[in-house]
Amino acid sequence: MEAAVKESRLIMDGSELIIESLARAGADVFIGYPITPANLLYSYSQERLPSFFAAPDEISTLQWMCGYATTGKFPVTASSFPGFALMLESVNMAYMMELPMLIILVQRLGPATGTATCGAQGDLALLNGAISGGFSLPVVSISNMKDCWEMPAKAMQMAIDLRTPVVFLTSKEEIMTLASFSIAKLNAINKIERKFYEGDETYVPYKTGESMVPEFLPVGNSKHQVRFTASTHDQKGIIQNTSKEAIDNTKRLEYKHRQNHKQHLFYDYDEQNGAETLLISYGITSAASREAVKNIREEGGKVSLLKVKTMLPVPPVYFELMDKYKKMVIAEENLSGQFRNILFGERGNKNVKGVNGIAEMITPARIMDAVLCE
Amino acid sequence: MNNFLTDAPLPFCKGCGHNHIAANTEKALQLLGYDPMNIVLVTDIGCHGIIDKSFLTHTVHGLHGRSVALATGVSAALNNPDKKVIVFIGDGGATIGMQHLIDAAHNGFNMTVVIHNNFLYGMTGGQPSEFTPFGFKTPYLPEGGVKTGYDICKLISAVDGVSYVSRLEGISDFSKELAEAFSRKGFSLVEVMEICPSYGVKSNPGMKLSKVVEGAGLKIEKFVDREVEAYKTVVKSELKPLFNEEDAIKTLFATTLKKPIRLMLCGSAGEGVQAAAEFLLKAGITSGLNGTKKGSYPVTVGVGFSAAEVILSSEEILYTGSPNPDVICVTSADGLEYARKTLANMKGGKLFIDSSLKAPETKAEVIPFPFRERGGAKNSSIYNIFYLLKRTEMIPMEALLHVFNENKIAKKFDLGKMFQALEEPFYAEINEKTTAPM
Repeated sequence: MEAAVKESRLIMDGSELIIESLARAGADVFIGYPITPANLLYSYSQERLPSFFAAPDEISTLQWMCGYATTGKFPVTASSFPGFALMLESVNMAYMMELPMLIILVQRLGPATGTATCGAQGDLALLNGAISGGFSLPVVSISNMKDCWEMPAKAMQMAIDLRTPVVFLTSKEEIMTLASFSIAKLNAINKIERKFYEGDETYVPYKTGESMVPEFLPVGNSKHQVRFTASTHDQKGIIQNTSKEAIDNTKRLEYKHRQNHKQHLFYDYDEQNGAETLLISYGITSAASREAVKNIREEGGKVSLLKVKTMLPVPPVYFELMDKYKKMVIAEENLSGQFRNILFGERGNKNVKGVNGIAEMITPARIMDAVLCE
Repeated sequence: MNNFLTDAPLPFCKGCGHNHIAANTEKALQLLGYDPMNIVLVTDIGCHGIIDKSFLTHTVHGLHGRSVALATGVSAALNNPDKKVIVFIGDGGATIGMQHLIDAAHNGFNMTVVIHNNFLYGMTGGQPSEFTPFGFKTPYLPEGGVKTGYDICKLISAVDGVSYVSRLEGISDFSKELAEAFSRKGFSLVEVMEICPSYGVKSNPGMKLSKVVEGAGLKIEKFVDREVEAYKTVVKSELKPLFNEEDAIKTLFATTLKKPIRLMLCGSAGEGVQAAAEFLLKAGITSGLNGTKKGSYPVTVGVGFSAAEVILSSEEILYTGSPNPDVICVTSADGLEYARKTLANMKGGKLFIDSSLKAPETKAEVIPFPFRERGGAKNSSIYNIFYLLKRTEMIPMEALLHVFNENKIAKKFDLGKMFQALEEPFYAEINEKTTAPM
C-alpha cells in the first residue's frame, strides 16, 4: 500500500506545549495544588521545570510563588476557578508588590465546584474585576495548539517586562484534547534573560522612569536593601496612608499597563474584503469560529474574524477594528457574554450579537446562524 | 557592629512589647555577626507589621496570616542557610496562618518565626483572638476569655521537622534566646508574650504579664531544641524536553477516507474506552490523517461513564466537538446513558452497540455485537474498535494492528482469539436471519 505524503506529527495536548514553552523561556519553578482540569500542567511541570513544589493549598501556592518571585525567580502555577478564588487576595498582593509570575487558569463549568470535567469560558468577568480598585490585571488567551507554544513565553515576557502577575486563560479542551500536531515548524523559544538593577546609588524599589515599570532587584542581594510591600507605599516601599507619592505609585500600577499595552498586543485578524460582519472570539471558541468562517466563505458569504489573545486590559485597537463593521458577533462559552459585556456594557449594542451557552462547546453551526441572520 | 534598625523612633505605643522585640532582634543579629543584607524580614498584618520601615534589612510585608507562607517561598528560592529569613507575626496572623506554620515546621524550611502574642487584636480595637487566655479581658470581652487560648508552642512542638521552639516573656533582655533561635538550621519558632498597653493593660488593670501567662497554664520554657535536616530545594539542571521530533509518528499506511469522520466511543470507566480511542487516533495518524481525541468522564475516577470523541480527517481539524457523529460505539449501560441524547439527534450514521443493551430510537443504522460477552468487560472497547474497522474500513485494519502491537497491552492480549470471536455469528444475527423472511 502506498503511503500518503504527510509530515510526521506527534500526538499532543496543549499542556505539553505550554509547559515546554515555559521551560525553554526560563520559568524556574512550578508551585501548585492539583485540580481538574489543570492536572496535566501540574504533572508536565513536575517533569520539566527545574523546581517543583506540591503546595498544601492554593493560598500557600500563591504566597510561595510571591516569596519565590521576590528573589528574582519566575514562578508558574495552574489552577481552575475554585483554586483561583483562594488565590485572589494573594494575586492582589503580587500585583501591588509588582511580582512577575504566570497563573494558568483552566476554566471549567461553575458556579462553585460546578462540573470539574466540563470546560467553560466563565471566568473573564471575574478577572476583569479581580484587582480591588478596578485595576487592570493582564490576561492573555490562546486560540489553537500553535498558541500553546508561542503564547506562554510571550506571557512570561510580559509579566517580566511589566513586573506583574499575568493570567494565562485557557479551558479544559484547549489543554486536554489530544491532537496530531507537527512540531517541525515551531519557532525557537529562547531563554528570557532577567535584568536587575545594577546601579551603585541607593536602590529605590518603586522608583520608575518613563516606562513606569520599576527596575527589579531580588531580596537577599548583598548590595542594596530591597523592600516589597502589599500595602499602599511610597517609592521606597514604605507603608503610607494616602500620601501623594504613595497614591501616585498606586495609580502608576494602572497606567503602566495602559502605557505599555502595544508591546504585548496579541491577536489574529483575518479580514475579508467586503465583509460587513466581524466575528470575534477567543480561547476554545476560536476553533469553532474558524470553522464557521471557513464554511461561510465556502458558501460565498463574507465575514472577517478577530481572534483575541490579549484579553485584558482591552487594547484600543480592537475597537478600531470593530468600527469598520456594521455588525459584530461575539462567540464565547458562557451564559451572559462576558467579553461582550466588557466591550459594550450591560446595555449592549444593537449591532452586536452574542453566541453563548454553557456545558458544551459552542458549535460552528450556531456561530454561522448568528453571522448569517439579518 | 552592623546596625539593623534606623535611628528613628520605633513606631509603637509606649510600653508595647513590640518595641522590645525589635530592639532584641537587632541585638541578637549583632551577637551573631550578621550582615543586614543577609537578612530578609517578612512581616504580617497587625501593629507589629509596621516595623518594616525601621529595619535596615531586606523587608517583605504581605497579607494577614500569610507571612509564614510568603517566607516559605523566599526561603525555598534563596535555598541558602546563610541568608536568614525572619518572620514577625501576631497572634491573629498565627491563627489565620496555622496551616502555614505547621507546614513550614513540618518541612523544616529555613526560617525563624517570632510570634508577637499580646492575646488580642491590637490594630482593630482589642478584639479577642484565639490566643486570648481564660479570664483575660479585652474591650470586646469585658467578662474575660471563656476558654483557654491556643498553646502554639505545644502545637508546633508536635510537628516533626521543627528544630527549636521556645516561649519567653517580652521584657528586659531576651536577645540571647532570639540569637539561639536565629542560629538554628531549619524551622525555629519563638513566642514572645506581651500585654498590649492600649487594650490589654486598660482592660486588666494591675495584671502582670507573668500572672497572665501562669494563669493561662502556659509554660515559659524551651519546648524543642534539636538538630534537624533543613529543607533543601531541588533544582534540576539536566532536564529533557517533553517531546522530540524523533518521536513523531510516521505515515505508514494510506486511507481512502474522503471526508472527515467523527466517532464517539461510549462505555464505562476502567473498560479501556480512552485507550481504544487513542488507538484509533494513532491508527488514523499512521494512515496519513489528522486526528483529535476529546475525553469525557465524570469527576470520579474508576466509576461511571467514560466517553471519547475521535475525529479523523485529511484536512486540518478546527472544531474538536462531535455533536452529530458519524459513528457511535456503545459498550456499556453507562455509555448508553451518556450517548442517549446524541443518538436521538442522529440523522444517519452507524451505532455499534453491545448486544446486551436495548438500542434506543435513532435514525442511525444499529449494529449489535456481543463485545462484552466475547471480550469481557475490560476488553469490550478494544473488541469494539477492531469490529468497527472490520465493518467500515474507514482506516486500514493494518494501521490499527500496527499501533496496537506497538503498545505493551498487546503482549497480554490474544489477537487470534479476538479475530475468531469477531467472525463468529451470535444469537441476534442468527435470529435476524431466521426471522427476516417473515
